[in-house]
Amino acid sequence: MTSVATDLSAKLELYRVQVALREFERRAHDLFLENLVKGTSHLGLGQEAVAAGFAAAMRPTDWTFATYRGHNHTLARGVPMTPVLAELMGRSNGLMAGKGGSMHLTSVEHGMMGSYAIIGAHLVIACGAAWSAQYRGTDQVAVCFFGDGTTNIGAFHEALNFAAIWKLPVVFVCENNLYMEYTRTSEITAVEHPAADRARAYGLEPIIVDGNDVDAVFDVATTAINRARAGEGPSMIEAKTYRHGGHSRADPGKYRPDEEVKAWLARDPIPMYHARLLAEGASEEQLVAIHHAVMAEVDQATEEAKAGTPPGPELLMKDVWADGGSQWRN
Amino acid sequence: MAQLTFREAIAYGLAQEMRRDSSVVMIGEDIGAAGGVFKGTVGLFEEFGPVRVRDTPISEQAILGAAMGAAMTGLRPVAEIMFSDFFAVCWDIVANEIAKSRYMTNGQVSFPLVIRSGNGGGLRFGAQHSQSIENWAMMIPGLKVVVPSNATDVVGLMAAAIRDPDPVIFLEAKALYPTKSEVPDGEVVDTLGSAKVLRSGPDATLVALGAMVPRANAAAAELAEQGIDCTVVDVRSLVPLDTQTILREVSATGRMFTVEENPRLCGWGAELSSIVTEEAFYDLDGPIVRITTPHIPLPAADALEDMAIPSVERIVETVVKSLNS
Repeated sequence: MTSVATDLSAKLELYRVQVALREFERRAHDLFLENLVKGTSHLGLGQEAVAAGFAAAMRPTDWTFATYRGHNHTLARGVPMTPVLAELMGRSNGLMAGKGGSMHLTSVEHGMMGSYAIIGAHLVIACGAAWSAQYRGTDQVAVCFFGDGTTNIGAFHEALNFAAIWKLPVVFVCENNLYMEYTRTSEITAVEHPAADRARAYGLEPIIVDGNDVDAVFDVATTAINRARAGEGPSMIEAKTYRHGGHSRADPGKYRPDEEVKAWLARDPIPMYHARLLAEGASEEQLVAIHHAVMAEVDQATEEAKAGTPPGPELLMKDVWADGGSQWRN
Repeated sequence: MAQLTFREAIAYGLAQEMRRDSSVVMIGEDIGAAGGVFKGTVGLFEEFGPVRVRDTPISEQAILGAAMGAAMTGLRPVAEIMFSDFFAVCWDIVANEIAKSRYMTNGQVSFPLVIRSGNGGGLRFGAQHSQSIENWAMMIPGLKVVVPSNATDVVGLMAAAIRDPDPVIFLEAKALYPTKSEVPDGEVVDTLGSAKVLRSGPDATLVALGAMVPRANAAAAELAEQGIDCTVVDVRSLVPLDTQTILREVSATGRMFTVEENPRLCGWGAELSSIVTEEAFYDLDGPIVRITTPHIPLPAADALEDMAIPSVERIVETVVKSLNS
């Protein structure tokens, strides 16, 4: 695999993906304010480097399992913006025709095996996919993203033990943004590093990475995914990052001290990477052009999503069962 | 043709499918070398090895999460939840994830998996190891629920459940494990969603499920001696539900008695009563009567447990009293 550390074009792509995730989420936020996006939504603003770095280290046949904060991970696997935005808007041209919504983005053809909205569940489900790869002798790897809050639920611990004893090709990635919903995770967790400090209990190396540095993320991702692919078992990675907004649409995030927010905004992954790319030989024009291209993509997706019709009644009773229907009696 | 116990039929049915399809794999607690705490998987570890018959830790969420993740990526897992009471610690995976993900993703994923579980009372295990949870499972859209009442049906329904492309909760009445019946030679495959008429009589229709089926049958035999000839229907599958057979058999006698092991509220018989009332009301000659376990946690003492679960005696008394009133 080409090392990103030495390949400027790969780095420009990492930059483009992060900018795309950022501008998509900004647009999603604007559309909330216009009441075009309904329900709730959990934006990944500020956490783009984790999604971009990991997706770049994965093969198309590898699997992503994400949480309800899953827009970034879905787009990073190459799912086009239009169906994702249309799904948020409850349109028939949505990724799941409007039947799942923001918290359940799934695109199996892109290896995006689902966004899961009950904390902890998808860690054990990712174990199952990894078990299937192991049993069938494919070299697929399951990468499972979750937040710091997940480290205190039982399924987290069941999954780690399970993955360790069966040596499953799964990579667990804790996106530690310091807050479980509205509460500081350090106040309700027995250890300092909620994921990494638990890793050793399951025989895994504690790995901590700067989740706002996409190159660093790519490097640990590559190592862990290669390890899993080689049959050497699971890894646990804790990526330190920060969400720029609140937990969800309803949360302005006022519980966070101003200095803390300021300090993390100064470590925004995108301006940091912008500066690094300039230092490494990219031109400002190149980076501006990337930004313009992303904005055009976001604008086009917005128009296409808005043009989508509401899902019709024919979808309501469809696809409970594999025969496409929902019949429970004769 | 072989005489098998219900527990032997479980292993027999599983082995039939595992020989046919290498994507069928099993996971659960103590199912390997130990052969299962109820001895429902004896011999499978020896025949299929530890890769296909995998012991797990006491991690019910991991067991079902693994089954789900494997099912969505090409395997046909059969997971065991030792006692159905333990579904309470992994219900998220069943009710929120397995049952809903196909619908939520607009049909992008399927879950061809089976969750087997020892269900119901009669073994004096008390309130946390004796529950009948078929009504929990039945009320979740996206789950199929199969409850065999004899060894013969176990083999064919197990095959049908494993071959089905959707998630199936397969409840094994613990009280029936030692009971015996004939299993035909050769491949046996049944159909999900087909009730069976076990006995026909013009006076009343007893509709029963799982461990209540032999009791309904025994009650019908006693009632026949008193001159009351009953039809007995074995529901076999709550989802899909064979309402056509049930409506036909109830309409023929004009009376329906459900015999349910689950506690009273929202038991499967309540749904059946609603269907019959809506669709066969004018064929009824009297009220629908539900014979159920009362709405209590199941007690441990044999004397108390026997009072709680519908007995042959209670079925007979209820039918006689109701038909004579």
